[in-house]
Amino acid sequence: MYTAGIDMGARSVKVVFLEELKVEGAPQLKWGVKKTHIMFPEDLDMDVAAEKAYTEALQLAGLAREAVGRVVATGAGRKQVKFAQDNVTEVSAGARGAVFMHPSARTVIDVGAEEGRGIKAAPDGKVVDFAGNEKCAAGAGAFAESMSRALQLSLKDFGEASLRSEKTIPMNAQCTVFAESEVVSLIHANTPKEDIAKAVLDAVASRVCAMARRVGIEEDVVLIGGMVHNPGFVRSLQGALGVDRVLLPDLPEYVGALGAALIAAEIH
Amino acid sequence: MIANYGYKDGSGEYYISIDTDKCLQCPVEQACTRACPKNMFEIITDDYDDQVAAIKQAHRRTLAYDCTACKPAGGYASLPCASACTAGAIKHSW
Ligand code: SF4
Ligand code: SF4
Repeated sequence: MYTAGIDMGARSVKVVFLEELKVEGAPQLKWGVKKTHIMFPEDLDMDVAAEKAYTEALQLAGLAREAVGRVVATGAGRKQVKFAQDNVTEVSAGARGAVFMHPSARTVIDVGAEEGRGIKAAPDGKVVDFAGNEKCAAGAGAFAESMSRALQLSLKDFGEASLRSEKTIPMNAQCTVFAESEVVSLIHANTPKEDIAKAVLDAVASRVCAMARRVGIEEDVVLIGGMVHNPGFVRSLQGALGVDRVLLPDLPEYVGALGAALIAAEIH
Repeated sequence: MIANYGYKDGSGEYYISIDTDKCLQCPVEQACTRACPKNMFEIITDDYDDQVAAIKQAHRRTLAYDCTACKPAGGYASLPCASACTAGAIKHSW
């Protein structure tokens, strides 16, 4: 029997099917067998997009709808997934998925495009403590992305450029608008791009770190969300947290959907 | 679970923390929802299917302003929300 986790974002849907295998009488969850990431246009209604994406995901996975016993949705648009039997917040799904992938993880840092959050998780992946920042977008991926555009670098080159810098330029602004003007001043002062890139990523890391401190940093720390792909950010985060290592899951974008599928399996 | 609602900005860190494990056996019939003059608390069903207190979404970005009436300059003795919750589940970071 399969369960499905659907991470419904503003523009994309990620679907993970989880298969429960009986191994010598004990149920063992196997994942990663089927997963799909589908983008949808902005003007498509979310409930329509969810249905479309799920149908496509089933087809790609070669699964019949009846093969899936339970569907749990997560993500900002989770309530629009009408065919899901339940929905859970990104906090619970992220923690559950991250601890499943890295069982030693106790602090989960989730940096998505629009939001960052720090989560303290129990060994079973349940949330013990969490903190987000409802106001400040400077602790999230979209800020890094817009700054990379200001430097005319792709996000990938932006992250790599920052790795070539050893300079620390503090950015004091607490909101994206002022932070952007600080970046513009640095550009006008002919500051090397790599130093600006590092300053921006250090600033995002320091904001994310403040949220993690609120819940208490307990190792191991695992980072989930799109910023996993940014090696410059990972280095900045490691420095800000003062830890030797930050664990990185193989498929960071799917951690939420995986967590939802795991929760679906547990309540199945 | 400890749920921290709020934000950090240039002027400080503004979080209301709710120890939701305490809400499971609320000794005061969810008095937080009635005590707050700004009606900032609500009871939600969380992801573990428990009925717990939370700060309403609309207030999570404006705590510093919303709570000013209860926190006059020069300090405060007791906050209506924290006093009403005899379980001690509610804490403010500022
Ligand atoms: S916060 Fe306090 S008063 Fe409100 S439901 Fe929880 S235990 Fe009860
Ligand atoms: S300090 Fe006052 S306004 Fe703020 S949450 Fe408590 S009771 Fe409500």
